[in-house]
Amino acid sequence: MSEKLTPETDLTKPVIPAARQGKTSSRVIEHFVAPLEETPLAAIDNVDESEAPLSLWADAWRNLRRQPLFIISALLIIFVLVVAFLPHLFASVDPTSCSLNDSSEGARAGHPLGFTLQGCDVYSRMVYGTRASLMVGVFTTLGVLVVGGIMGALAGYYGGWIDAILARLGDIFFALPLILGAIVVMQLPAFRDNRSVWTVVLTLVIFGWPQIARITRGAVIENRNADFVTASKALGLSRFSALVRHVIPNSLAPIIVVASISLGTFIVAEATLSFLGIGLPDTVMSWGNDIAAAQPQVRNNPGVLLWPAVALSITVLSFIMLGDALRDALDPKARKR
Amino acid sequence: MRFSRTSKALGVAAVLAMSLTACGGTSGGGNTGAAGGNTSKAITANGTEPQNPLLPANTNEVGGGRVMDLIFAGLVSYDVHGKTVNELAQSIETTDSQHYTIKIKPGQVFSDGTPITAKNFVDAWNYGAAAKNAQLNSYFFAPIKGYDKVSAPKSTLDKMEGLKVVDDTTFTVDLSAPESDFPLALGYTAFYPMPESAYKDIKAYGQNPVGDGPYKLAPGGWKHDTSITLIPNDKYKGPNKPKNGGVTFTLYSSPDAAYTDVQSDNLDVLDQVPPSGLQNFKTDFKGRFVNQAYAGNATMTIPSYLPEFKGEAGQMRRQAISMSINRQQIIDKIFYGNKKVATEFTSPVLDGYDGNLPGSDVLKYNPTKAKELWAAADKISPWPAGKVFTITSNIDGAGNKEYITAMANQIATTLGIKAQLNPIATFKQSRDLINSKKLTGASRAGWQADYPSLQDFLGPLYGTGAGSNDGDYSSPAFDAKLKEGLAAKSVEEGNKIFNQAQEILLKDLPVIPLWYQAVQGVWSNNVTNVQFGWNGVPLYYNITAK
Amino acid sequence: MVMFTLRRFLQLVPVFFGATLLVYFLVFATPGDPIAALSGGKPMAPAVEAALRAQYNLDQPFWIQYGLYLKNLVTLNLGQTFSGQDVSAVIGRAYPVTARLAIMALAIEAVFGVLFGVIAGLRKGKLFDATVLVASLVVIAVPTFVLGFVLQLVIGVQLGWARPTVSGAAPWDELILPALVLGLVSLAYVIRLTRASISENMNADYVRTATAKGLSRPRVVVVHILRNSLIPVVTFLGADLGSLMGGAIVTEGIFNVPGVGNLLYKAIQKGESATVVAVVGILVIVFVVANLVVDLLYAWLDPRIRYV
Repeated sequence: MSEKLTPETDLTKPVIPAARQGKTSSRVIEHFVAPLEETPLAAIDNVDESEAPLSLWADAWRNLRRQPLFIISALLIIFVLVVAFLPHLFASVDPTSCSLNDSSEGARAGHPLGFTLQGCDVYSRMVYGTRASLMVGVFTTLGVLVVGGIMGALAGYYGGWIDAILARLGDIFFALPLILGAIVVMQLPAFRDNRSVWTVVLTLVIFGWPQIARITRGAVIENRNADFVTASKALGLSRFSALVRHVIPNSLAPIIVVASISLGTFIVAEATLSFLGIGLPDTVMSWGNDIAAAQPQVRNNPGVLLWPAVALSITVLSFIMLGDALRDALDPKARKR
Repeated sequence: MRFSRTSKALGVAAVLAMSLTACGGTSGGGNTGAAGGNTSKAITANGTEPQNPLLPANTNEVGGGRVMDLIFAGLVSYDVHGKTVNELAQSIETTDSQHYTIKIKPGQVFSDGTPITAKNFVDAWNYGAAAKNAQLNSYFFAPIKGYDKVSAPKSTLDKMEGLKVVDDTTFTVDLSAPESDFPLALGYTAFYPMPESAYKDIKAYGQNPVGDGPYKLAPGGWKHDTSITLIPNDKYKGPNKPKNGGVTFTLYSSPDAAYTDVQSDNLDVLDQVPPSGLQNFKTDFKGRFVNQAYAGNATMTIPSYLPEFKGEAGQMRRQAISMSINRQQIIDKIFYGNKKVATEFTSPVLDGYDGNLPGSDVLKYNPTKAKELWAAADKISPWPAGKVFTITSNIDGAGNKEYITAMANQIATTLGIKAQLNPIATFKQSRDLINSKKLTGASRAGWQADYPSLQDFLGPLYGTGAGSNDGDYSSPAFDAKLKEGLAAKSVEEGNKIFNQAQEILLKDLPVIPLWYQAVQGVWSNNVTNVQFGWNGVPLYYNITAK
Repeated sequence: MVMFTLRRFLQLVPVFFGATLLVYFLVFATPGDPIAALSGGKPMAPAVEAALRAQYNLDQPFWIQYGLYLKNLVTLNLGQTFSGQDVSAVIGRAYPVTARLAIMALAIEAVFGVLFGVIAGLRKGKLFDATVLVASLVVIAVPTFVLGFVLQLVIGVQLGWARPTVSGAAPWDELILPALVLGLVSLAYVIRLTRASISENMNADYVRTATAKGLSRPRVVVVHILRNSLIPVVTFLGADLGSLMGGAIVTEGIFNVPGVGNLLYKAIQKGESATVVAVVGILVIVFVVANLVVDLLYAWLDPRIRYV
């Protein structure tokens, strides 16, 4: 814009207030502002009114797809998804054919990462473990977001007795030991004989939602009295609409941060549950299962533990990056001017 | 035993010496620092919180057991090889293995100075057996005549007719049937005497027992979940006189933590190397480790109530499974060679052990024969299509998961069926499945002897209707042999017959023996003369501090 | 504000009963027979079994068991463990240890989490930010049972900088290493939360105003940006205090800390309802109080938030 400005003096001659006259320096600061009729402001201000104004989400999407952070993370996630659903494209060795003859053997042709204690191929197990781990991480995070998000938003926004009931319910669930709950859930008639990824997801959601609920509640409380909410209500928006359209979108930052890290911790939580015999059955391969099984050999054969942990790290990293990009896109203030 | 923040700077060894002797109060200001073994300096060892009050008849697990065995002495005790030697007993005499006369050495006293009399034994045994006292070890008194009456539900009787005090140092024991190995059992925890004063407030006594062993509990020595401090009992006159100034058991919730403590000389003796240390303990502790068999084994139970394992086909299948397990390979790869392949049902540390019983070939890895037997069984009654052979085990104890997974893989590969571990989160749940006969496959099992006797590995496990017969095995021929062995005139004679009984088991395979347990123990730079006994427990009283 | 606090304390009553009822039921519903487990797989005389069952009310239906528990609770009798100790004594030993551990872990999280988070947020995309991200990934992807084990081996055994395990009295200095291990995962959360808040608020109007006013950079960061960024962090830390007070099974196991985590784990395994219920009962009180403090902190951090 500045290049179009032409220096003019008449409009901008410094007017020194009378009261300060005695103290000001004699230096005259010149301000250069173009005369109104000469600036092409009209062209700039001329918004295309035929197009409906972009919603927050559309605006965010438009911003998002141009961010390199988003593109990298999206590519990574797509890659992980492909590995999860088509593992045989990436590994030709059967991950379940294990023989003690190969126990703790190092890498050799066809087995680039060596073997586990049981003589299973580390690389193949890493590839085939992607599906269960990713499912546990993603679906638990989604479940926790839905349950915890709704509970927390309602509690924080409405306050009063709704808050009292929902927040205290969260306290009760938070206080229950996960392991105890898991032992009981695994034993329900529906799961006793067909334990699967969903059993683990359900358990982790039941005992994990209060954390997101707390974070959401805090963020909503912070924003419920913000000026833009008052303004939207003054413009005639109902209380509930104000919550959905203004309070929640503005409260998303901490929720996204916690959710993107939780995704990783849920995958690891599955490892702990499996370690204690209340997670995935042994027939389901997962990074968590493999990490737990490799723990006693960490001194002598750390590679077995390292590789599933690396796979887990890359997945978590891609979701953290996605979260960062999403957060930036949703926050109009953070956008580069 | 705690280390203050300031004294820690002085170095762990010095602090140990100072605080322990101060605590023990037995040093008398004497020979601290004497070269080559210091008998007034205390040592530390690993332990776990006792699960029950410290009463002889109520201690049935190793956490309480290792304390009880130091603060109590029984009629007999077991030496390092598991040989029975008289301790309090002057003589134990019988002519028919059913009626025993027991004389105790005169002049023996409890640590509080009261004399040990025949009545102390009779009262303690009656207390342990009576139903109203709900003692976990009560079944140990089952051979004694009159046990059935005092142990009946809601029974208010508290005296067994089979026990009679003759005089201060003599009592008689009548059994309801002959049992040649009864004298062997008398060194077990359940048979320790209790002083008269115990019964006044048995609850308080269980927290602070007065015993007659080489050690006694230090005043306030049982700090729950933290440590148990024992000091020498100077009134003890038996063969196991302490060669140190006391033993403090540091209570651990996992052996991994204890292992790191011995590595950094924070703990003197550890009797259980964790799975994470099995590969390294021989290099981590050069010249300071032991690896020896003890009286325990690992087996796999295949319950007789499973339809696929009934009859002739079932017997062939059990043999096939046994031959499809490459025990030596599992020992080498999973346990880094620290166990020994089982060739029968008991333990090599016992008197009467015979590793070459006829029929023990069935315990050798033989994939060809295994496949043949499996196919032959399929001809009689086919293995259900898609049926998975499961091995149930609790996995809250360390190290079960790894070997069972390996075993399942071997069975699956050899026999061409599906086999896998069925992990159970808690011990109580796995016990429930086993007790209620709800297993749909095999289960992990094992046995650790209470006293060094072949019979202790056979009768309680495979006798018809016996208490720990998890697989409901029942064989009239085996039961008859067992009875014959018990009625034998001597322990040696009995052992021969018990081994004949084992030959029956080798054919039927009610359980599949896997390997003999071995103890891997390590110790710090601060102690010497560490030996482990027949049961895998260190001989604490022999250890000396440097 | 006073009324608000009072009301919150009143809510404790239903919450306490709800939590204890629920957890009592969960223990009741766990598979397996606690008395059978007591035998350790060895035989048990039927009479002994019956007597033990009666002693712990295990022969009663659920509602009567819970009723009897409540009845004892009124007289401040928390029941007995299977080893014949008073639950109140057991918990009285374990809770102070866990509390020390929790406070230290929380302090580590709060101090380093906010510090690193602020720096990362101010220098978004720079080297420090990237380093913290990678370190957080390691902490997230490697489970505590591995991380704790490795740290114990390296720091405790190989380097000998600290005792590998905690001695019986569990003094503060010996708890540093376990507290660090315990706080690491939450540290990752606090760093990322602070970083996000900071970078969001850096562009807020009041920050520009403050900078324009000529305030020094540290003052702007601490007084203006940080204070306004702390709400999500405080929320998280409040919730985390609760989880920490629940005891850490894995960390306590590795460092042999005689705290609540171990106690709870063993009690769950044994089906010892008296212990589990007592721990959860105390925990739920901690949660409600921690939440109250967090709510009051909201109002202090952001004057627009008011409670009536």
